[in-house]
Amino acid sequence: MEILFNPILLLLATAKDVLPVLGLLVVFQTLVLKRPIPRPGRIIFGFGAVLVGMACFLGGLDLAIFPVGRAMALQLVEGALSGEKVTWTAYGWVYLFAFLVGFSTTIAEPSLIAVANKAHEASRKAISSWGLRIAVAIGVSIGITLGTFRIVTGTPLYLYIMAGYVVVVIQTIFAPRMIIPLAYDSGGVTTSTVTVPLVAALGLGLASNVPGRNPVMDGFGLIAFASLFPIISVLGYAQLVQWSVQRRSRKKIESEAKP
Amino acid sequence: MQGTVNHEYGKTIPLVFRSQKIRGIFNALWLQYLIMPLAILTEFSAALGRALLGASRDLAPIITIIALFQVLVLQQPFPELFSILAGLGLVIVGLALFVVGLDIGLFPLGETLAEEFALKGSLFWLLFFAFLLGTGTTVAEPALIAVTREGAKAVAAAELIENSAASIDRYALGVRLTVALSVGAAIVLGVLRILRGWSLPVLIIGGYTLVMLMTFFAPKEIVGLAYDLGGVTTSTVTVPLVTALGVGLARTIRGRDPLTDGFGLIALASLMPMIFVMLFGLIVH
Repeated sequence: MEILFNPILLLLATAKDVLPVLGLLVVFQTLVLKRPIPRPGRIIFGFGAVLVGMACFLGGLDLAIFPVGRAMALQLVEGALSGEKVTWTAYGWVYLFAFLVGFSTTIAEPSLIAVANKAHEASRKAISSWGLRIAVAIGVSIGITLGTFRIVTGTPLYLYIMAGYVVVVIQTIFAPRMIIPLAYDSGGVTTSTVTVPLVAALGLGLASNVPGRNPVMDGFGLIAFASLFPIISVLGYAQLVQWSVQRRSRKKIESEAKP
Repeated sequence: MQGTVNHEYGKTIPLVFRSQKIRGIFNALWLQYLIMPLAILTEFSAALGRALLGASRDLAPIITIIALFQVLVLQQPFPELFSILAGLGLVIVGLALFVVGLDIGLFPLGETLAEEFALKGSLFWLLFFAFLLGTGTTVAEPALIAVTREGAKAVAAAELIENSAASIDRYALGVRLTVALSVGAAIVLGVLRILRGWSLPVLIIGGYTLVMLMTFFAPKEIVGLAYDLGGVTTSTVTVPLVTALGVGLARTIRGRDPLTDGFGLIALASLMPMIFVMLFGLIVH
């Protein structure tokens, strides 16, 4: 991680991630489709901006967000352990912190912003970009809170995940059809640049500090929680919207029926 | 293309029209080369201004929460306040540049490609492209590299493989390649779904059932890792590009709706690695 403090190395590392993708797009456009590249100036400029933006973003995360996040996870666990009796309820602040961190990192997640804007556009503005982002963020925060609870109590991971999948399957049957693909996608979208490293740091920090937990066995799983619960919350959000629309139209019909 | 893009921040539409008007007035070819970069620059700086405001608004919650916890709950002063403030500034500038750059560069190119593939109708090249896009963007994913290394250490600690640096590296690389191939396969499957109009819930629920069944047979040490890898693979570069591909394809093909058919690629890309990694665990152990 120390390497990332060096801006030139960071820019090179980002270029290594982004340039193959640009190369792939350009090769297919010119060699396979045999078409000129539309507005090459804009595209080069845009890629430059993405590159510099990602490098700044990752560098900033390493400088500000991660050290603070790690230090706070450690301090919160120490606080919980200093009490007289150490039961799972002693970790109240840890749960609250997990919840709030899950919510706020998801709101700022660049790929979620991109997908929410695409959904807003693809649904002809029926889906509000903010509504979707908030629904996903609530899902992630509930997921991460449950995940920290699991690490503290040491219950098996697959039980939670299985129960979650069953809920998803039931919701899929009842939710409005048009939201289903988007809801499934929002599970994977949430867990990228900001969320994964911060949440992984929280999980490993918890698992290595809570007595009786093994970081290699219990530290994993938080990301799985964070990708499962947004599916449930987005499907739930769509069901809620559908329900309120139906109720409103029913009321309207009733009031019109009355003389 | 540009007329269809309407984003919450980084709104580029009116500026594109303005730059086209400028180009209409200075129609001479040599002037165009002079005006073009200028037009991009003015458009870019205005969009960046809005994106900076948007990014500050997006990051305000996490900053508030960390500050409140530090001051009220832990009651400790911030360590190294200066470097934290500098880092926050970098995060805001980086987020704004990233969003604007995606709007100008990545999204238009990805959508043009998707539309031209759909018009050309060459299934082989489209699927080949989809596979390369999935595999290529995943193999170099920094989060994936970090998580597979941790996972290999965990497996070595459980004495399922030899506990030496060489065998840990080999195992981590094996998992990474497995994940990259599975994402490629997932994007191919997702593109086929869009083309053929298969039902996404059937695919996803079928996949989850498979994941559950395999959980019972796969070695315990790899299950947590496999579950996590599903979420890790879909990175900041992959997600916007794959979404643009899906929505672009669905928009171009008759009888497909961008909302119901365009999405779903990411869901498959997060499901497939779980199946493949558990399979990898079954074969290796």
